Amino acid sequence: MIPHCQLPSHIATGPHVSPFVSSPSHAGRAEDLHVPSSGSSAPFSVAPSADHAEASAGAEPRKHTTYPYVTGNSVLAIKYKDGVLMAADMLGAYGSTKRYKSVQRILRVNDTTIVGASGEISDFQYISNLLDELMTQDFCYDDGCTMTPKEVHAYLCRVMYNRRNKMDPLWNSLVVAGVDKTSGSFVGSVGMLGTSYTDSHVATSFGNHLSRPLFREFQRDDMSLEEAVSLMQEALRVLFYRDKTSINKYVLAKVESSGVAISKPFALDTKWDLKAFVNPSKHAVGSW
Amino acid sequence: MASSGCLVSEQKPNGFDFDLCKRNAWLEKQGLQTLKPWSTGTTICGVVYKDGVVLGADTRSTAGETVADKNCEKIHYMAPNIYCCGAGTAADTENVTGMISSQLELHRFRTNRESRVVTSLTLLKSHLFRYQGYISAALVLGGVDCKGPHLFTVFPHGSTDALPFCTMGSGSLNAMAVYESGYKEDMSKAEAMELTKRAIRAGIFNDLGSGSNVDLCVITSEGAEYLRNVDMPNPRTFTAVPKPFARGTTPVLKSKELRVPSLESRVTIESQEGDVATAMDTT
Repeated sequence: MIPHCQLPSHIATGPHVSPFVSSPSHAGRAEDLHVPSSGSSAPFSVAPSADHAEASAGAEPRKHTTYPYVTGNSVLAIKYKDGVLMAADMLGAYGSTKRYKSVQRILRVNDTTIVGASGEISDFQYISNLLDELMTQDFCYDDGCTMTPKEVHAYLCRVMYNRRNKMDPLWNSLVVAGVDKTSGSFVGSVGMLGTSYTDSHVATSFGNHLSRPLFREFQRDDMSLEEAVSLMQEALRVLFYRDKTSINKYVLAKVESSGVAISKPFALDTKWDLKAFVNPSKHAVGSW
Repeated sequence: MASSGCLVSEQKPNGFDFDLCKRNAWLEKQGLQTLKPWSTGTTICGVVYKDGVVLGADTRSTAGETVADKNCEKIHYMAPNIYCCGAGTAADTENVTGMISSQLELHRFRTNRESRVVTSLTLLKSHLFRYQGYISAALVLGGVDCKGPHLFTVFPHGSTDALPFCTMGSGSLNAMAVYESGYKEDMSKAEAMELTKRAIRAGIFNDLGSGSNVDLCVITSEGAEYLRNVDMPNPRTFTAVPKPFARGTTPVLKSKELRVPSLESRVTIESQEGDVATAMDTT
């Protein structure tokens, strides 16, 4: 039951005006940015190069990724009794425009692991290629064992941290989840600065503020699948109500010891007809 | 028109004088350390239920990164049937609500009627708008009057919203998650109180700017019930001064007794009246 998402004609065909023309400081989303605010508006700009040739030529200082362009928002993941559940919506936002409405932000890495990404979509595509190469290499070893979620998480930690050290980060908050037969369920997160941790539940972007309280209150490691799906749907619904760059089109992925299953896109029921919303200024003229 | 040569007295208009704002901003950029205002990094919320309004607040007040007051009161009295939760700069919320509360009382004496929630709303929003957001007070105003239960939010720049449930402060998103998932129309008093307590607890445990205890205020047509510290989920479980250890806890390896001589056997106090008199003489 997916709502008919058709892009309005003027966006599909007409000329595009970059939302970042006037002020770069309003661009994109600060992707779980823990960098202390410095004077500059671009936290990852590099100081002018010390190369004499470049300096004498009056060249621009070398700049790396300073802000994201096409972004995905929250990814949520929780553990339950038989495995792990991950959910994300299908929006690739271009600033505040809801530009791409069928972006698959959850990737199946192998039979035991899934990776979800929020932040810059192009960097996620690059990471997908890296993971594909990793899995191909793993297959070629032909040693009878596949990479576990913990190993994929460790690999991504190193990738992200190394890029951060080059002052050229991959602008993503990644969520790695999976089930390994020997060590059980795994849910972990890696940020654009290389910050990583593992826990029973993880949320990125706006989910940090809106979904974590619900997970902390209701998530238990021994939840049944129905309870877990219901909790996840509640968290997604709250995100749709209160996050402005979100759409009502989600994908749910589940990993159990039997393997990975990624659902088709679905929409949630939402309630907009509260009595109090009908005429809010009935008793307070001039109020909204 | 200065005919007699003396200066015509300038009548300065009432209200905030913004002349120094540009200079202050420039000074701060040069590195001037201004005093950090005590801010109530806060979770406040309110919900309308069947018979009235339930307001909730946490009790932590912060000055920068330190907790200034572990158990402050964020639910302010406006009128017997109207209460207001305040987030933002503590001085601003206290004084703005106090000022409007006095104005409401004077108005009650004049009209001989119960105050209406919209009256306090209009007074608050027009005051805050005049100061263009420089009075950093974000309020959740709730009450019950002859027209029924009302719940409003007031933002520092002076805009207001009329809502069935609302949250403000740094923990507002955390509390809003609980409200959005748990709100039903026409709840009972117990359900509304439990939902509000859960929402404030979400703010306390998920937001660093909020903490300590939960305050609730339930307002119905009968009156208001201010439940101070109704929930205390952060009790002090450690003792400030540790109990002294009993003698013999540590094994004694060696002991040496020192005899301290009595001072009286060393110092002789001589009293000579003559000396004392001259010593005391200050003429």
